[in-house]
Amino acid sequence: MYQHNRLTANNFNFFSKLANFDYVLMACILLLGFISLATMYSTDGGKILFHTKSHFTKLIVFTIMMLIFSFINIKFWFSIGYFFYVIIIGLLIWTYLFGIKSSGSQRWIDLYFINLQPSELMKICIILCLAKYFHRMKLENVNSLYAILSSLIIILLPMGLVIVQPDLGTSLLISISGLAVLWFAGINHKYFIYTMIGFLISLPFIISFLKPYQKLRVLTFLNPDRDPLGAGYQIIQSKIAVGSGGIFGKGFLKGTQSYLEFLPEKHTDFIFTLFSEEFGFIGSVFLLLIYAVIIYRIVAVGAQSRSYFAKLFCYSFAASIFVYITINMSMVLGLLPIVGSPLPIMSYGGSSMLATMTGFGIVMSAKVHSQQSIA
Amino acid sequence: MINSSSDNVKKLNSINRRMFITGSVKFFIMIGLISRLFFLQVKENKKYLTLSDKNRIREWKLAPVRGEFHDYFGNVIAGNFEAYQLHIIPEQVEDFRYVIYRIKDLLELSDKEFKRIIKKKNEIKSWETLIVSDNLSWKKFSKINNHLYDLNGVKPVISISRNYPFGSNFTHVIGYVSQANEQDIENNEAIKKNFVPGLKIGKVGLEKSFEKQLIGSNDIERYEVNAYGRRISQLEFQKGEKGKSLRLTVDTKVQQLSNELLKDQAGSICVMDIYTGEVIAMHSSPSFDPNLFVFGISQDDWQIIRNDPMKPLVNKTLQGNYSPGSTIKPIVALSALENGIINTNFTVNCRGHKHPLELYGQTYHCWKKQGHGFMNLRNAMKQSCDTYFYEIARKLGVDRLSETAKKFGLGKEVFGNLFNIEKKGLIPSTQWKKNALGQNWVLGETVITGIGQGYIQTTPIQLCLMTAQIANGGYKIYPKIVMDDENKVSPIDKFTPLYKNSMNIKIVQDAMFASTNEVRGTSYRSRIDDPKYQFAGKTGTAQVKKITEKDRELDLKTFQIPYEERDHALYIAYGPYKNPRYAVSILVEHGGNGSTTAAPMAKKLFKTIIDRHQLRESINYKKYLDI
Repeated sequence: MYQHNRLTANNFNFFSKLANFDYVLMACILLLGFISLATMYSTDGGKILFHTKSHFTKLIVFTIMMLIFSFINIKFWFSIGYFFYVIIIGLLIWTYLFGIKSSGSQRWIDLYFINLQPSELMKICIILCLAKYFHRMKLENVNSLYAILSSLIIILLPMGLVIVQPDLGTSLLISISGLAVLWFAGINHKYFIYTMIGFLISLPFIISFLKPYQKLRVLTFLNPDRDPLGAGYQIIQSKIAVGSGGIFGKGFLKGTQSYLEFLPEKHTDFIFTLFSEEFGFIGSVFLLLIYAVIIYRIVAVGAQSRSYFAKLFCYSFAASIFVYITINMSMVLGLLPIVGSPLPIMSYGGSSMLATMTGFGIVMSAKVHSQQSIA
Repeated sequence: MINSSSDNVKKLNSINRRMFITGSVKFFIMIGLISRLFFLQVKENKKYLTLSDKNRIREWKLAPVRGEFHDYFGNVIAGNFEAYQLHIIPEQVEDFRYVIYRIKDLLELSDKEFKRIIKKKNEIKSWETLIVSDNLSWKKFSKINNHLYDLNGVKPVISISRNYPFGSNFTHVIGYVSQANEQDIENNEAIKKNFVPGLKIGKVGLEKSFEKQLIGSNDIERYEVNAYGRRISQLEFQKGEKGKSLRLTVDTKVQQLSNELLKDQAGSICVMDIYTGEVIAMHSSPSFDPNLFVFGISQDDWQIIRNDPMKPLVNKTLQGNYSPGSTIKPIVALSALENGIINTNFTVNCRGHKHPLELYGQTYHCWKKQGHGFMNLRNAMKQSCDTYFYEIARKLGVDRLSETAKKFGLGKEVFGNLFNIEKKGLIPSTQWKKNALGQNWVLGETVITGIGQGYIQTTPIQLCLMTAQIANGGYKIYPKIVMDDENKVSPIDKFTPLYKNSMNIKIVQDAMFASTNEVRGTSYRSRIDDPKYQFAGKTGTAQVKKITEKDRELDLKTFQIPYEERDHALYIAYGPYKNPRYAVSILVEHGGNGSTTAAPMAKKLFKTIIDRHQLRESINYKKYLDI
């Protein structure tokens, strides 16, 4: 019971917490924040306008929030796992019933001071919830029917609520985050393979259930030149922007594609396009490198953590972040059909940043309290 | 507890193993993303850079400024003027209906015009320019400008357009321009390259022949545009080049005189320099105003021109195939002399209508009822005795005649392919008849060919060339109408003699002199005694229809015959006789008699031409002095 004694001796005072802080991760996040701010400034046409100001405010607020979260004991995050999940499910139901309708979807709830997109928060919440669910479970029980079914329900419930918004992209990302936890929790890899095969077989049926605009996106992905001024416009213009950037890029504030408004959604999903046009291949690889370091640090925090919960959370969160980045970039680079998925931190959007920063906060907390074990 | 801790170890092993798998997958995906970036940004960079430029840079072409036509003295005969136009780009207009009705009021457009504009608007794309009016008066233009505050999106434009200051005077030389149609664009590379909506191109005449030189090149404006096609900034303005201006050999004064002389008559006048081949004037009457065509001719004007019985659209100088009548006689005489059939003393007795020449039952009458009596070559030419020429033609044969005629430029295009409308005329021969009609030549046909009737057909410009080549002593010349035509290679056989014996030419020249300047000559009344202006010529009266016995008995005066049946009046001449320089051919359709209708015109012409000779020469000297 040596460990136990040592634990009780550890009081986690402020300075030891500060010493345990992951400064590399912190630096990367701040650097990313700075880059995103500069890019946002460029999307505003080289002026400090609405998007830049708003993004800046959010960055400051959520970074402070992240820092506060890092000083909260990991045990706390463990304890609120289910509660948090229930709250977000509640918010999703609220969204379904009373959400703000805009351009054909109902994704937002009006919190008077801020419009919140609960589906974004669900991306982080589902990891927290499932990590807690699997924390205590014995490995042999993990593959029991009961465990699999209940964890699937935990995933499918928010997925369904998000699909009806409708927001296929986010619901997919939620399910991927959830599945990542299941994967790390040790669910038999056969199930994953079977699911994959089943998914591929049922793909034609799924497509037949898709909404017309979603079918169009798939068709456009397969052949963007089908309708270059309509459905294919986004992806063609995005590829042109990235491709024309070249090795060194067109220079900061000199991206003609974005400046002349050829780029769609340049503040949100397509922000990487603008960055890539202005900073070229070298800039893009640098950005990817920052993300890689962030992901690496998160994994490293997980590896250092004593508690299984923290490990599960960190690994799954790292995988999720990686999936977000991959999906966003693949979409922008014409490797995947267009699904709404923001680039973490870079994209404009409060809820997404709130979710990501919360995730970082919990990771940071796991780092600070890496020696904390959870009973 | 032990159980639980061993379970923990197992769990940790499992999670770490899976983390390792995930990490490797992540690594490869990351490599994949970077390679994709590399592919797009490095490998395919050029392609996307071009696409990006295509996206953002848009070119606007402006209509090129057309080269001018100048006469020999540098006067502009086809120039450019500033046309006041009104353009609308429909998508830039907030309330199109309002604006267009407002314009209708301001410009006092008729309902017909208004409908046409609406129709045009529906045909074009909303971002294309709609030309509401292409040639506004200054008054209306300023009116529009005063109301611009209220006409959002309407653009008053000053554009350069074709102008023919001499109106109908030069129509059949330079032609006219009008809006290019699809066929024009397809057939001409230069037009295709420089095409902008509303581009005016040459439709006929030299305007068409020299399209390539005249058209010039577009001004090009390059703009950076945003995704919505809105111009953000001008990147470049590339000034186009004005088309090359062409100097013609034509003298405006003489051309105008030709117009006056043929006023209200159908016909043609050509004047040519007998040494250089420069065409001093070339007119076909009636003419029409080419300015009407520049902005699209109205239906009414078009019908008037089209239905005119005198056929203004036909260029009679180049396209008119006419029987040369007696104007062919110098060639017949020359041919007979050259081939040694006759000499100057050869005589034929012309005994009038009671004793016509008879061949195989056909009779051939001289024009003079009483007959001319004994005729030698000089007298026969002077009095245009038909019987004499029947006889020498019969002796000569059509083949030898046609050989000489062809040598002097009859039977083929004078300007080559310069005017694609030019007709060849027809110089018959036995071979020709066999090939074309499948029949054998009949002697009677030779006889009438001798007085320029029957199959033989010539254009007025050919007659002019023929006269010029007789006048210059029988040397080959190549007529030209454009000075310094870079396309034209100077022919090697220029000034080669067309005769076997130069005496023969002298004899013919002398006979033509007699015809004009001696008593009983057919054009004696049109002579000028002053040696400075004295000219020699030959009249001709080409029958349009066969003269029957009944006609001969009636012996009607010209004005008593219906217009279509009257003879064509012709006259060919050159002067001054002592030191010849200019040749003239005149044709008046249904003008009656050559000596009464055509020859007097020559008198007036020579006066002007020779008066202007000094001036014409001085222009050339000046050119050398300038250097």
